[in-house]
Amino acid sequence: MAKTIAEINEKIKKGQAVVVTAEEIIEIVEKKGLEQAAKEVDVVTAGTFGPMCSSGAYFNFGHSKPKIKAGGGKAYLNNVPAYAGWAAVDLYLGATALPEDDPCNKIRPGEFAYGGGHVIEDLVAGKDIRLQVETYGTDCYPRKHLDTWINIKDLNEAVLFNPRNAYQNYNVAVNLSNKTIYTYLGVLKPNLGNANYCSAGQLSPLLNDPFLKTIGIGTRIWLGGGIGYVVWQGTQFNPQAPRTEKGVPKRPAQTLAVIGDLKKMSPQWVKGVSLVGYGVSLCVGIGVPIPILNEEIAKYVSVKDEEIWCPVIDYSESYPQGKPEVLGEVNYAQLKSGEIEIKGKKVPTSSLSSYNKARLIAEELKQKIKKGEFLLTEKVADLPGVESGATFKPLKERPVKEEK
Amino acid sequence: MVSRKIVLTFPKEKIDKPIVYRLIRDFGLIFNILKASITPDQEGHMVLELTGENSEVEKGIKYLKDQGVSVEPLAKDIRVNWEECTQCGACVSICPTGALYIKDRKTMEVAFDPEKCIACELCIKPCPPRAIEVHF
Repeated sequence: MAKTIAEINEKIKKGQAVVVTAEEIIEIVEKKGLEQAAKEVDVVTAGTFGPMCSSGAYFNFGHSKPKIKAGGGKAYLNNVPAYAGWAAVDLYLGATALPEDDPCNKIRPGEFAYGGGHVIEDLVAGKDIRLQVETYGTDCYPRKHLDTWINIKDLNEAVLFNPRNAYQNYNVAVNLSNKTIYTYLGVLKPNLGNANYCSAGQLSPLLNDPFLKTIGIGTRIWLGGGIGYVVWQGTQFNPQAPRTEKGVPKRPAQTLAVIGDLKKMSPQWVKGVSLVGYGVSLCVGIGVPIPILNEEIAKYVSVKDEEIWCPVIDYSESYPQGKPEVLGEVNYAQLKSGEIEIKGKKVPTSSLSSYNKARLIAEELKQKIKKGEFLLTEKVADLPGVESGATFKPLKERPVKEEK
Repeated sequence: MVSRKIVLTFPKEKIDKPIVYRLIRDFGLIFNILKASITPDQEGHMVLELTGENSEVEKGIKYLKDQGVSVEPLAKDIRVNWEECTQCGACVSICPTGALYIKDRKTMEVAFDPEKCIACELCIKPCPPRAIEVHF
């Protein structure tokens, strides 16, 4: 029997909704079967907590007296440049931004001790942040310099806006070369010394709704410890990725663009991270409620680690050179066992995404829904599906020839 | 026979004195230098694994202390700041001794066993939230 989101919300309001995590539903479906599970369970909560480089936040810091127009000038938060190509006092700070005097990788591997992700975490933690603006004066905005402490509580708006999060599946990175390499998937030891992955697997939101039947524009989510919404498909969105029989993508596939009030978030779930030799990023906690509207959805959320496959890719050559070679496919049960086999060699595994914290997020969202503190939303519009033809294209480079 | 890992801190006036070799000569101890940093006019640090008869190891450590060398068990050396740790597990395949490990494969909880740590510091920078700290 099919349910509607409105019916599920009625149950949530009465404190009668049956809510379980994407881990717990696996056993329920195994024990009771799909039909019974779909009948009994109203909502399944999924979660993920990993580095999401395509993250950032925008702010309106209020007008100074006399007024200043940061737009068109330069702005820095704790010495980290923020994007000031907007109006007078609006700024966007990206997670990977670095101070202009950061040595980066001049001496490899660079440390990347502090950047945009850390500024965002410090703001969320309520720490004072130094704001510096250098710009030109106008008749209506005469001031050219500003150097002041700001605090999130005094900002007019502080909004987390991430163009690409919650990747549906991801590569496993290995290193076939004979020297250590430093990547966004961590430190990779030479000659297949280790294998790093980055997904919560069976708990990951988009792996629990592989065709985005319930997740779409307007879906309310748990974001960074506060409330957020799905606003668009994320960048590099690719529903065309090859899929298993059950529809689960076997390659990095769909993504989400998400937004939420930074003021309501927690530094525990919005955390700046340093990837040695690579740069700065931001770990963002995301929890997504999936309404169990019918058996089909119950089937999707019962997906388990053994059924989710991902590609093993050499990050010393194939990845940087954009070559399509895949060394093999492994599943998340294998990855989580601590060891996988590649080219006949046993290789220890590590995760960059925290499964342990993903469980906490799924549990926290579950408790919120059970207590009636979090209601589900109908999506306003679908995200592009397989039939849309949307895909993730490489750059078609057309080199510019210098005129002599 | 016992084996103990210790962190030695040499005051700067002792750096030019031969001290550690007497652990072999006077106490018959085997030592393996796991790490050493000695800079002229500054404190020196050394991480040693001492192996020998228990009573001789104790005597050797007393001798070091009598020479003004501070001796701490290695367990104090590397610490995980669990408030900062995101429990991702990036460290576990980097740690050469299994001191950083996954405690429970169901919850994927990361744990640290100081007994196994050799303070090589390979984990320090690969930790994304930089939650692993070196204390002397």
